[in-house]
Amino acid sequence: MTERHKINVSKLNLFYGDNHALHDIEMTIESNTIAALIGPSGCGKSTFLRTLNRMNDLIDGVRITGSVAVDGQNVYGPETDIVSLRKRVGMVFQRPNPFPMSIYDNIAYGPRIHGTKKKAVLDEIVERSLRQAALWDEVKDRLNKSALGLSGGQQQRLCIARLLAVEPDVLLMDEPTSALDPISTLKVEELTQTLKERYTIIIVTHNMQQAARISDVTSFFLNGYLVETDKTDKIFTNPNDQRTEDYITGRFG
Amino acid sequence: MTSKQIDRIATAVLWLAGILIIALLGWFLIRILGDGLPQLSWKFITSKPQEISAGGGVGPQLFNSFYILFLSLLLSLPIGMGAGIYLAVYAKKNGFTDLIRISVEALSSVPSIVFGLFGYLLFANLFGWKFSILGGACTLALLNLPVLVRVTEEGIRAVPASYWEASLALGSTKWQAIRKVLVPAALPTIITGITLTSGRALGESAILIYTAGLSVSRMFPDFNPMKIGETLSVHLWYVQSEALVPDAKQIAQGSAALLLIVVLVFNLLIGIPSRILQKRLTGGK
Repeated sequence: MTERHKINVSKLNLFYGDNHALHDIEMTIESNTIAALIGPSGCGKSTFLRTLNRMNDLIDGVRITGSVAVDGQNVYGPETDIVSLRKRVGMVFQRPNPFPMSIYDNIAYGPRIHGTKKKAVLDEIVERSLRQAALWDEVKDRLNKSALGLSGGQQQRLCIARLLAVEPDVLLMDEPTSALDPISTLKVEELTQTLKERYTIIIVTHNMQQAARISDVTSFFLNGYLVETDKTDKIFTNPNDQRTEDYITGRFG
Repeated sequence: MTSKQIDRIATAVLWLAGILIIALLGWFLIRILGDGLPQLSWKFITSKPQEISAGGGVGPQLFNSFYILFLSLLLSLPIGMGAGIYLAVYAKKNGFTDLIRISVEALSSVPSIVFGLFGYLLFANLFGWKFSILGGACTLALLNLPVLVRVTEEGIRAVPASYWEASLALGSTKWQAIRKVLVPAALPTIITGITLTSGRALGESAILIYTAGLSVSRMFPDFNPMKIGETLSVHLWYVQSEALVPDAKQIAQGSAALLLIVVLVFNLLIGIPSRILQKRLTGGK
């Protein structure tokens, strides 16, 4: 059964020191879907997202129990290679964080650290990734200029392109549009729709319209618990749990 | 008095303070360069010093200054940067890390003459190197180590954490992230630190009197690091206070001017790559 799911999370608990931040999370996510994680600030949705590629390992004093499996393979198993996990499960952050390098070097960074050296191959990866992220036409004449000269929205698409260059199959997005203007937001949202044909996307968002617009399934988190997961239109029209209803109708959070 | 009047007085005082600094520097430069520049000639800069008769140069001293600087950086850069990177990236908050930090602080407050004595006892006596260029360079490296550790740590800490996260999230190892993202981004700060320590190395005299000695090799240039190697600033002190040559005063004036020019030019030169790098990193348009 578990083989069929792209991601399978079971009995996941996470502690920051004595703070029990995630309680018995159970979730499955299928390939080529967009899963949205919603909930008020501090509910654990970003923390949960970061358990999927073990970014929480960077924080001192984090303890995790339970299991997270990607393609049936336990992420927290003793034989797991974090480097290859993160190559497979990539991440886009809340604030665009291009490196202080040229646009080209930003995209080529991932392939280079994973061993691609040939200029011709890198050229091809850079172009393909930028095209996939719908940024190629805007930057093709300035590939050798610094990425920090791009607008915020362009920077975020650059970060997505940089991620696509390492050919992951799961994309984790941690409020990727919260620092962007509406037009850039729209571009990133459109992008997720085309990316979903090839990737599995899990997106944390504070913007409920965004979750409703782009996702296939939505999970509602509250105080470290996963309240419910369902098809997005079901969650937003007729949720099972009263707390979900209260949240999406704006009664709290 | 109204607040406007106080504001005017304050402005005037601040102006005066600024002008005073510029005037002091100007007077200082005019005195040193005015006395020293006429003494400078190609012969003075390149020829060997004399013990008894007039007309000696400072060629070997100038050479030794840079040779010792180079060797000391060769020793202190890898260790200093390594420790700085360790403190900034790997070190957890615990007793061991605190101990390293306290040691760095303590080392950086030790007077340089004490370092000199330490270098003398360790390198010249215990290791039996006598007065040597290598002994001077090692002692100088010890003197500069704390500064390099601190600027590296501060430079790397100032790099946004998001770069670090971005690199790791792309599947880089910690070392790849350090080498390709953190260190390049911190390089302008680190280069400033290297400039500071280099200026100090060129100007340092107290510790080198004990360790590198007061005389020069008979050969010039002599790359043997085990030879005695007086530097330009030590030579300045030496001719002014101990030398027998009749033109000691002129040599001191010339050396002072030369030292000043060398340090200024060196600082400007090393600042250029730093500025270019900064521009490239921050996306100058």
